[in-house]
Amino acid sequence: MPGLLATIHVVGLLTCFALLGTSRIGACIRFLALQGVLFSLVPVITHDDGLTLRVLLLAGANVALKGMIFPAVLLHLRARAGFHREVEPYIGFVASILFGIVALAVSLGLARELHPALSRAPFAMLEAAIFLISIGLFLIVSRRNALIQVIGYLVMENGIFVFGAITVVETPLLVEFGILLDAFVAVFVMGIAIFHISREFGMADADRLNTLRG
Amino acid sequence: MHPQNLVAPVLGLLLAPLLVGVINRTKALVAGRRGPPLVQPYRDAWKLFRRGAVYGEVTTALVRLGPVLNLATLIMAMLVVPFPGTGAAISFTGDLVVLVGLFALGRFSTVLAALDTGSSFEGMGASREVYFAALAEPALLIALATLTRVTHATDLAAIYGAIVIDTWSHALPALALVGVSFLVLELVENSRIPVDDPTTHLELTMIHEVMVLDHTGPDLGLIQYGAALKLWVIGTLLIGLAPLHGVDPWVAGVAGLSGMAVLAVVIGMIESAMARYRMTTVPQFIVGAATLSAVAFIVLLV
Repeated sequence: MPGLLATIHVVGLLTCFALLGTSRIGACIRFLALQGVLFSLVPVITHDDGLTLRVLLLAGANVALKGMIFPAVLLHLRARAGFHREVEPYIGFVASILFGIVALAVSLGLARELHPALSRAPFAMLEAAIFLISIGLFLIVSRRNALIQVIGYLVMENGIFVFGAITVVETPLLVEFGILLDAFVAVFVMGIAIFHISREFGMADADRLNTLRG
Repeated sequence: MHPQNLVAPVLGLLLAPLLVGVINRTKALVAGRRGPPLVQPYRDAWKLFRRGAVYGEVTTALVRLGPVLNLATLIMAMLVVPFPGTGAAISFTGDLVVLVGLFALGRFSTVLAALDTGSSFEGMGASREVYFAALAEPALLIALATLTRVTHATDLAAIYGAIVIDTWSHALPALALVGVSFLVLELVENSRIPVDDPTTHLELTMIHEVMVLDHTGPDLGLIQYGAALKLWVIGTLLIGLAPLHGVDPWVAGVAGLSGMAVLAVVIGMIESAMARYRMTTVPQFIVGAATLSAVAFIVLLV
């Protein structure tokens, strides 16, 4: 199903640009949910030996976690912690989007380099995986609000998930679920930390953590 | 040049103001008013052309030149862009770059005329216009480059002639992104609502309109007619993406004209449904359009 994969590729790229260009945290969380669900479908599509129970289970768990549980946790956190509703970037939205375009071009180049070694992997998804990782990192370093940094972490996780899904032939189910569980726990721990930060300082500004230095 | 290829530009020259009429009518209907008649833009133009022009004491010939040059570039652009069902009147390799250049020249003449009036408001408008144009121009160029890549052709007539159903099926994401990008550019380049409000009365919030405040009579008529032509030309770029090549020319032409009407209604709906963006958000909107084109281009490289 190359057409479906191309659609996922394009819409997935656009969600990244939407994350880079949106100032509202609520909208960012919804874009993240869409992106998570889209890329969860990748292993189902790219799997060579048909739909095994293993693949379906993995995709189902991913959709449930990234499409429903994470957004619910993040939206709940946003409502509870009473943040500013804006993302508060260090780097402006226009500059962020321009970075995204450059990152897309660079990921394309990197994917070209990598593809001979991983010839089984669909090229578009390889590129998307590298792009997702770079955008996730960029969101973490360029935004002040701790909640959007969690979103950046999850974008990065999406990238790593796609990379794993297309390159590694056979991963034991246990390992894949272990990674998912790790992400799940990480989001919870980060959520609790953000809640405490915002209660302490009245905002979730990561800059304020500097004042804790003794 | 075939004579039948001149039909579309002539039709465009005649029908372009109607597009503005349809937009205004749609906005009025959505707002629950009856609205001006569809031919109101023609009546306005007729009224303005019969009037005399007033020029400020500090102005030079640039003020008179601006509207004429702007209109001339847009008529040229109309000759280069093919309409569904016919070819372009003039076609040569690389005419898509010329199209972008013509838009830039028209804008340059308007900006010079605005600066020449010596009004600080018009200087402010000129500064904004050029800033936003600097962002919109790459979007248009990259979108056209994407089309070049999809169709393996280097002039607009060949590009639009090569878009058939098969093209859409193998380059669906890229063409869809280019289409959305053209729609955004139609709003940006013609100062429609999410970017600029053509009917605003507050000079401080204006972008394009503030540049033409000092133009009167026939000059203003030329500017308003030019605005309608620009709406038509960029609309043609968007409508031409429909896979109408190979269809009977009459059917394609009628489909193209109805497409333009639908486009005008869509613009009217967008204007009714959306509020103007803050001035600081406008660059984000335009860069968004450039991003769509760039993603379309890069997706093709995959």
